[in-house]
Amino acid sequence: MDPHATELFAVYQPGRFFCELTHDRPDDAGVSALIRQRLEQIGGAALRARATAAESDLIDLGITFTVYSDAQAIDRILPFDCIPRILTAAEWARLEAGCLQRVAALNAFLGDIYHGGKIVKDGIIPADLVFGNPNFRPEMRDFPVPHGTYVHVCGIDIIRDEFGAFRVLEDNARTPSGVSYVVENRHLMLRAFPDLMAGVRLRPVDDYGYRLRVAMNEIAPDGTDNPEVVLLSPGIYNSAYFEHVFLAREMGVPLVQGADLIVENDRVFMRTSAGLRRVHTVYRRLNDDFLDPEIFRADSLLGVPGLIRAWRAGHVAIANAVGTGVADDKAVYAYMPRIIKYYLGEDPIINNVPTRICREPDALAYTLEHIDELVIKPVGESGGYGITIGPRASRAELDAARIALRADPAQWISQDLIGLSVAPTLTDEGIGARHLDLRPFIITGRDSWVLPGGLTRVALKQGSLIVNSSQGGGSKDTWVLAEQGR
Amino acid sequence: MMRADPILLARDAENLFWVARYMERVENLARLIDVAQSFESPGREAESWAALVAINADEANFATWLGTEAETDPMQVKRFYLLARDNPTSIPACVEQARTLARTLRPLISTEMWRQINVMHRFVLRIQPLDLEGDSLSRLCTRLKEAVQTHTGVTEGTMYRDQGWQFYQLGRQLERADQTTRLLDIKYRLLVPRDREARRVTELTQWNAVLRAAAGYHAFKRLSRGAFNVQDVAEFLLRDPSFARSALHCVRRCETHLDDLRRMHHLHGIAPAIERAEYLRAYLLDPPMAGILAGDLHDYLDRVQILLMEVASAIGRGFFRNWQPPALIHELEQYQG
Repeated sequence: MDPHATELFAVYQPGRFFCELTHDRPDDAGVSALIRQRLEQIGGAALRARATAAESDLIDLGITFTVYSDAQAIDRILPFDCIPRILTAAEWARLEAGCLQRVAALNAFLGDIYHGGKIVKDGIIPADLVFGNPNFRPEMRDFPVPHGTYVHVCGIDIIRDEFGAFRVLEDNARTPSGVSYVVENRHLMLRAFPDLMAGVRLRPVDDYGYRLRVAMNEIAPDGTDNPEVVLLSPGIYNSAYFEHVFLAREMGVPLVQGADLIVENDRVFMRTSAGLRRVHTVYRRLNDDFLDPEIFRADSLLGVPGLIRAWRAGHVAIANAVGTGVADDKAVYAYMPRIIKYYLGEDPIINNVPTRICREPDALAYTLEHIDELVIKPVGESGGYGITIGPRASRAELDAARIALRADPAQWISQDLIGLSVAPTLTDEGIGARHLDLRPFIITGRDSWVLPGGLTRVALKQGSLIVNSSQGGGSKDTWVLAEQGR
Repeated sequence: MMRADPILLARDAENLFWVARYMERVENLARLIDVAQSFESPGREAESWAALVAINADEANFATWLGTEAETDPMQVKRFYLLARDNPTSIPACVEQARTLARTLRPLISTEMWRQINVMHRFVLRIQPLDLEGDSLSRLCTRLKEAVQTHTGVTEGTMYRDQGWQFYQLGRQLERADQTTRLLDIKYRLLVPRDREARRVTELTQWNAVLRAAAGYHAFKRLSRGAFNVQDVAEFLLRDPSFARSALHCVRRCETHLDDLRRMHHLHGIAPAIERAEYLRAYLLDPPMAGILAGDLHDYLDRVQILLMEVASAIGRGFFRNWQPPALIHELEQYQG
């Protein structure tokens, strides 16, 4: 512990968990100690005052997500914690390599299963898990996508266990969100805490919009010199609408809604003041189901009738591709180490959390027997819903989980309960240890690129393991230290 | 490669037009409320407030909102316009609309514009019944005017001058012209004393208040060299070429923006709007004011308002579209994917 750390950190207790700021990391060039020292200098009261000012800044700027209940619209900010999460250059190099490997495997897997499914024939993964998966899109069969890329934007949720090892918790291969907060959090830190950051060399995060735009250009139909890219959003009622605005702005492309687009002659056009204008790439932030009423939900007005037809005719590109949901399914997740091995001949650089697939009898038996030690997750849900954390569940909750497991085992996986790493977080009682995770973002067009850092989500409630924004999570600025001499 | 002229979605063009209209409406409503208050005379308070409802063509709307056939109570009118979010013509409702539209326009408008609207929205939603009492009301009106003026200034200073700017300005100028005709109309709905001298004094007071509300009092005095007659005031508010809120000035500004859309942005379909605006300009300039005043000024103002609507419709038909069927709104609210 730092000798100057007498006030804030004197009472800080990370317990048995790995702490992202106080754990001794020889390769952090002394930055963690320096930041602790500076936090002490600023002091608890000043930190809180500045954090409050920073949050009111977010409200004024409308960097918010909207929660709708009873026809009431409530604008909420993603609570921001001003104590940064620090990743060393070496940690990041490993995370980056792990993410690139994972995305390569996801794309190879999707390419394979939509072109015959060799991996299924070879018995690596059960057929019904792939072809019987509700997220498998038969429409995608034998349809080639540019550069073999299905997952153009990927967010991989990574946690750190008690021993400081990174593990993948979940892949998000559909329309992962949160990247806007990575960039906005950095801007906020630069405005509100320049003295905390002074002299610390960090990998920048400003490149995301440009990289995304380049990838969108790369997948545009052949022979297009200046591709017209649009971002397709469900509109202001979507909770991620701010991010849609952010990305459209960063890419310099129109932010469209379904009704702004029209398909004629298998080509996509947008309605502008000067008439119809051709669109070449659609970065959609709309689920598959809503994308095209001709193919999917017929009652959807959010989508664009004929969009898939135009895509299949090769006149427009769609990112992410349709049908990627089969790859980030929680059941398929369990097979990811084998999937990586199968396509790349490598072991995972970042391992999964030990996971059991309850559709398999042994796994189900083990899960039922050890239910009070495990985390039980439904395969189809996202946003942290439907999860039972064994050691924290009441007897009634465990009974309910058992009944659900027996009723339909294929709907569930179980995982070891990982003691998520913690980081000092500003609370009403000084600083406290709070659990967090990390979601790096990977963009893939012709090649893949990983945004340095990613979104650090933090469970603001003491002891809570659920970091989702819809359930009381906040975020931190994620610092990736620049390599020495870089 | 840099673009020559950024793409503007038809929906965004329409929303820019309406953001400007709603914001302008807020400023003018604040001006009208301020002037209605100064028209109050002891024992006859209700009269000027009833006039305010009348010139906004809100009689039916107001009666429904009130839920009774009771006499117009001044405090109810103030609430109706300053507090009632369920009244679509209230200031909170207009600001809510403007902010919702601004949200859809965030990729186009500046961060400063969005921030200011956002902050203003919060201020307007926090207006309390107490702010409508006594001398607080005038201060509230001033704050509202200043909030819109800040919006106008931030917009002027930060908004990119592409097509979107032209549509925004068209919305603003059409709304402003419309509101000036209403301001003029309010005066004609007020009773004046029968006694000749009392009548002269009352008229003078009322016209001065109208001029002040329109921010034209000092300019008018300079032009009229201190003298006063009704014809000059009407002439000034409707036809002065240099007064920022005169109907003529606003229509001329519209014509400039329409012309820019035609020449700089090469938009087809602008011709009908240009024709309607030309016709309106002639209608504003041609009839002698003495004749209008001798006849029915209210009818004349009504006609000007209809012609303004025709210009707006021509712009709408040319460039906007009814892009969002009502069923979609419901689905959007349901969709949280």
